[in-house]
Amino acid sequence: MRAKEPFVFSTASSVVRIGNESAGCLAELEHGIAQCSDASIFHHTFQSLGHHHFLQEGFSNDFAQWVLAACNRPMLAERLASIDIRDYVNLADLRNDLRRMVGEYCQENPREASQGAFETFYFCETIEETAPLGREAWTLEEFHDGLGGLSHAAMQFHLLTSRLRLHLQTSDFSRWISKELGCKSLAQKIDQIDLYTNTLDGARDSIARLVDLELGR
Amino acid sequence: MTTSQISPQTEVRTNGLDDYIAVLGVAEIEELRTLAKRIEGRSVQMVNSTALGGGVAEMLNRIVPLMQELNLPIRWDVITGGEDFFAVTKAFHNALHGEAYTLPDDSFKIFLAYNEQNRARLKFDTDFTVIHDPQPAALIDARQGHTGHWIWRCHIDLSQPNLRVWDFLAPFVNRYDGAIFSSPSFARKLPIPQYLFFPSIDPLSEKNRELSPEYVRETLERFHIDPRRPIVTQISRFDRLKDPLGVVRAWQIAKRYNDSQLVLAGGGASDDPEGEAVLAEVREAAGKDPDIHILDLPPWSALEINALQRGSTIIVQKSLREGFGLTVTEGLWKKKPVIASAVGGIPNQVIHKQTGMLAHSIEGTAYQIRFLLSNPHIALRLGERGYEHVRENFLITSNVRRWLTLFLHLVRGE
Repeated sequence: MRAKEPFVFSTASSVVRIGNESAGCLAELEHGIAQCSDASIFHHTFQSLGHHHFLQEGFSNDFAQWVLAACNRPMLAERLASIDIRDYVNLADLRNDLRRMVGEYCQENPREASQGAFETFYFCETIEETAPLGREAWTLEEFHDGLGGLSHAAMQFHLLTSRLRLHLQTSDFSRWISKELGCKSLAQKIDQIDLYTNTLDGARDSIARLVDLELGR
Repeated sequence: MTTSQISPQTEVRTNGLDDYIAVLGVAEIEELRTLAKRIEGRSVQMVNSTALGGGVAEMLNRIVPLMQELNLPIRWDVITGGEDFFAVTKAFHNALHGEAYTLPDDSFKIFLAYNEQNRARLKFDTDFTVIHDPQPAALIDARQGHTGHWIWRCHIDLSQPNLRVWDFLAPFVNRYDGAIFSSPSFARKLPIPQYLFFPSIDPLSEKNRELSPEYVRETLERFHIDPRRPIVTQISRFDRLKDPLGVVRAWQIAKRYNDSQLVLAGGGASDDPEGEAVLAEVREAAGKDPDIHILDLPPWSALEINALQRGSTIIVQKSLREGFGLTVTEGLWKKKPVIASAVGGIPNQVIHKQTGMLAHSIEGTAYQIRFLLSNPHIALRLGERGYEHVRENFLITSNVRRWLTLFLHLVRGE
């Protein structure tokens, strides 16, 4: 089957901008989460997960990691780590949940809220530049071929951060496969690949296998 | 050039982009070409204060040819100055790290006079001008009348500067389009955008390339280190801020429960009176323990250091204060479990319990040594993740990508 619109393989490259906010304790973290830019929330959650894709257990986002390693507060760290960014299609909701969790903990544990951390948390932002790779897919076969030549950054762009772009709980891959090729079941299976327990290479291999199965190979 | 099992005698040459495919894969390298194409025709000028020696020159020596290969017209200029200028900039350097500044007010005039001399001598006509470190910072005066973007790349820790020097430099820095720091903790609150560029290592350099197991074993044996027993290593100058005495103490505590050898290898003792004193103190602390190997290595020992790191069971970096800590990066790249202090740029590299272990004391370091010697499967996993972390973030190719992305970002904002 041939799509009406091709899948355009792209990549995103990023630089990090250092913000002027930092946190030395949990109360300051809550304040920082409330005040920082959307680009900062994105950086410490979506971008961080992509950049640490090789950590397949126990890493979720920068906030959880800092609360554990620098504040030694495993209970709050666990709550923050339980946030699954795939549930969010906008950063405002994600920020609200992060802030609520830290805020509630600070209220319940006022002494811990102002205790100094081992290290300071620095709020940073991701600046992203996207670039088409000059490759397109019109069929599932071509999509399979294109998938193999994608870098980690390109995988992250299409598989993870696409949710914020599309405002849908899906990836660029699944959306195109479902919309253009009508393979809804394949799209659904791709959406079920867990990026918290897979590396980006592992996710790519899984997608390639699912496409192979769909093609009867 | 192949990247595996190269014999130490292989002739060194500059590596091209395609040489990095073996480390990173085709896709990552092709993407550099894609990104570079988007700023095709835009020119770059890098300006620093030395062509040889020091980390900045070493980095530029590797980055500039890679950018040229990406068809970016790039020029590297080195400023000139007399001994009086470099005496002032050395004092600036120390003061920006927080030390006292004792030179007279005239020293600022010397700094400005040489910057003006270089401004008149050099050409500034590129799309992107990158000024490295404080020495040439006042060259921003050359910007007048030019349309290009000016970036200040600061390689030093500015978190606690001597304010006499910083207050003098800040008005120059604030006129750039942006400043780049090596760690968020090194930056200051500035009115211009600040970017984060991690320092990087070259995976194909003498210090980091693959070595044959035979060469690693021979090197260990040459230094009378037993390759069959666990080896705990710290590679550092003999400098108090690297806390070699703390490493000896931590290892001695751990040794009561777990057999191992300690290697403290570095330089700096021969050309630095303080280094000599520190080395003497370390030797005294080590006593006659045959399991402590103290190696004062000459500056041309990159291969030996590579072999010592590769032959180690655990790499330690117990610094009291640190820049970015490239010896940590090197250890992680070699898939070694790293135990390091949570200072300077180290927490960017060692994510506690994920890519290594952070420690805050001698006792904590000793505990982590014991823990990792007793749990080799965890040590192995930390090492593998540490390698991936470096591969993703701290290789020279990542830095090339950052430069391209920053240039793209600046172009987009025009």
